[in-house]
Amino acid sequence: MKILLNNREEEFEKDTMNVSEMLMLKKFSFKLRVIKINGILIPKERYDSTIIHHNDNVQMLYLMSGG
Amino acid sequence: MGFGCGKNLALIYICKYLYDRKIIKMNFSEIRSHLGKFRVGIAGAGGLGSNCAVALARSGVGTLVLSDFDIIEKSNLNRQYYFADQVGQLKTIALKENITRINPDVFVIVHQKKLDRINIPEIFSGCDVIVEAFDSADMKEMLIETVQIKMQGVPLVIGSGMAGWGRSDTIRFRKIDETLYVCGDESSDASENLPLLAPRVGIVANMQANAVIEILMKLR
Repeated sequence: MKILLNNREEEFEKDTMNVSEMLMLKKFSFKLRVIKINGILIPKERYDSTIIHHNDNVQMLYLMSGG
Repeated sequence: MGFGCGKNLALIYICKYLYDRKIIKMNFSEIRSHLGKFRVGIAGAGGLGSNCAVALARSGVGTLVLSDFDIIEKSNLNRQYYFADQVGQLKTIALKENITRINPDVFVIVHQKKLDRINIPEIFSGCDVIVEAFDSADMKEMLIETVQIKMQGVPLVIGSGMAGWGRSDTIRFRKIDETLYVCGDESSDASENLPLLAPRVGIVANMQANAVIEILMKLR
């Protein structure tokens, strides 16, 4: 499957995956972040139950401390 | 019929062109009176919030809703828009005073509250844009989740990554979609050896204010 991840096309061998699996496959380990799929924010507690589909637009944003 | 549709489309483009030009052609007093119609919420009155609020006040934003529960400490003066004789005061009260000294026409509403998932939609109800101006990354995450889920459609401008000094070229503005905008380098986490200093925090705070103005200038 192909998805758009932060405006870049990314290919995965799986046909379907949930958000947690995507984070694991990409080795995204930094914990403080927000993820939006097709413009909808996905809260942390729904990472396991939210499926990413072919052609989905996934935006991920890391949150750094400081302000 | 095809001709008629084409003509209408052309007309729409001409109207849009003229409208855009009117925006471009506004002088400062027209821009200020346009911005005066809007209400901006600022979550946090530290380095980002205080500097962003001052930039928006100078530009003429009509109403600012400030929320913070903290008291000014001496250590805040390295980057936050407060003065030495205000140490010990509530940030919201002191910031309102500083804003009023700069531009008394701004209507400033203050809330001495620790923001949470329940009170955020109440405190910032009616805001045309919300600025995320927290220090801690956990709070940033909580605010983004709350606004994006419970206040859908309200544009949110966040700050992420501004610790340290130099590297001005790494600080950027990124529009994620119509409701989420990010300012910062998205990588510099504040720590003991990468502290927060006035210049980079000020750059991000002013970049957030700039994003707010850009959003408001497109609203009628």
